[in-house]
Amino acid sequence: MSESILLVGVGGAVGALGRYTVATIVEGDRFPLSTFLVNVVGSFLLGLVLFSDLGESVRLFVGVGVCGAFTTFSTFSVDTVRLVEDGHVWTAVVYALGNILVSVAAIGVAWFLTG
Amino acid sequence: MTVRDRLADIEVVGLVVIGGFLGANARYGIGLLYPGLTGTFVANVTGSFVLGFVVYEAMYTDYLTDRGRLLVSTGFISSYTTYSTFAYETVAVEPLLGLLNVGASYSFGFAGVVLGRWVALRIRGGSRE
Repeated sequence: MSESILLVGVGGAVGALGRYTVATIVEGDRFPLSTFLVNVVGSFLLGLVLFSDLGESVRLFVGVGVCGAFTTFSTFSVDTVRLVEDGHVWTAVVYALGNILVSVAAIGVAWFLTG
Repeated sequence: MTVRDRLADIEVVGLVVIGGFLGANARYGIGLLYPGLTGTFVANVTGSFVLGFVVYEAMYTDYLTDRGRLLVSTGFISSYTTYSTFAYETVAVEPLLGLLNVGASYSFGFAGVVLGRWVALRIRGGSRE
């Protein structure tokens, strides 16, 4: 149990730091690009790990920890609500649909690569 | 870069790392309690509510310090919620359930943000009296 906490926690720390780094590098004036990027890349990586079936420790460290923390749903929700508030309703729609469609496509690519 | 700047950078990294460690484990714990789609849904919706509160609180009243915000939002809450597992689970289940998962997670997640904003507004109202 304590080993799981360490795997998930250290993975989570790595993922959070990665997301923070992407956010400081990627600019997104009109479109929350950095959240979109981490969500798509993280979904792709999670797909690779889960389809490869590398065992429970890898699933906890990379899947639950790194990918789980690197990607974020809360920032995505806040981004979308703020776009609507600022009157950019169509950008919000494209952003909300784009996140799920491109993430699912990325998981599909991961499945294809590992299959 | 001065020593002071460097220490500030280390502090930022430390706060994000601690928040990430705790947030990922909080999500893991909820996942053990409610396996599958449900646990991810609960983490994402509650996290959206808390982040909504923190973000609008920053605009309205600004009680939290920048450090506190970095630890809570960028570190903890953003790691507590997840998009990759949400997307993976959506494709892993039957198409209809997957669509339902996206619809419910999006609606409740956005509603959570709006509710968080409402709470932040109430606090601002209260602090003015």
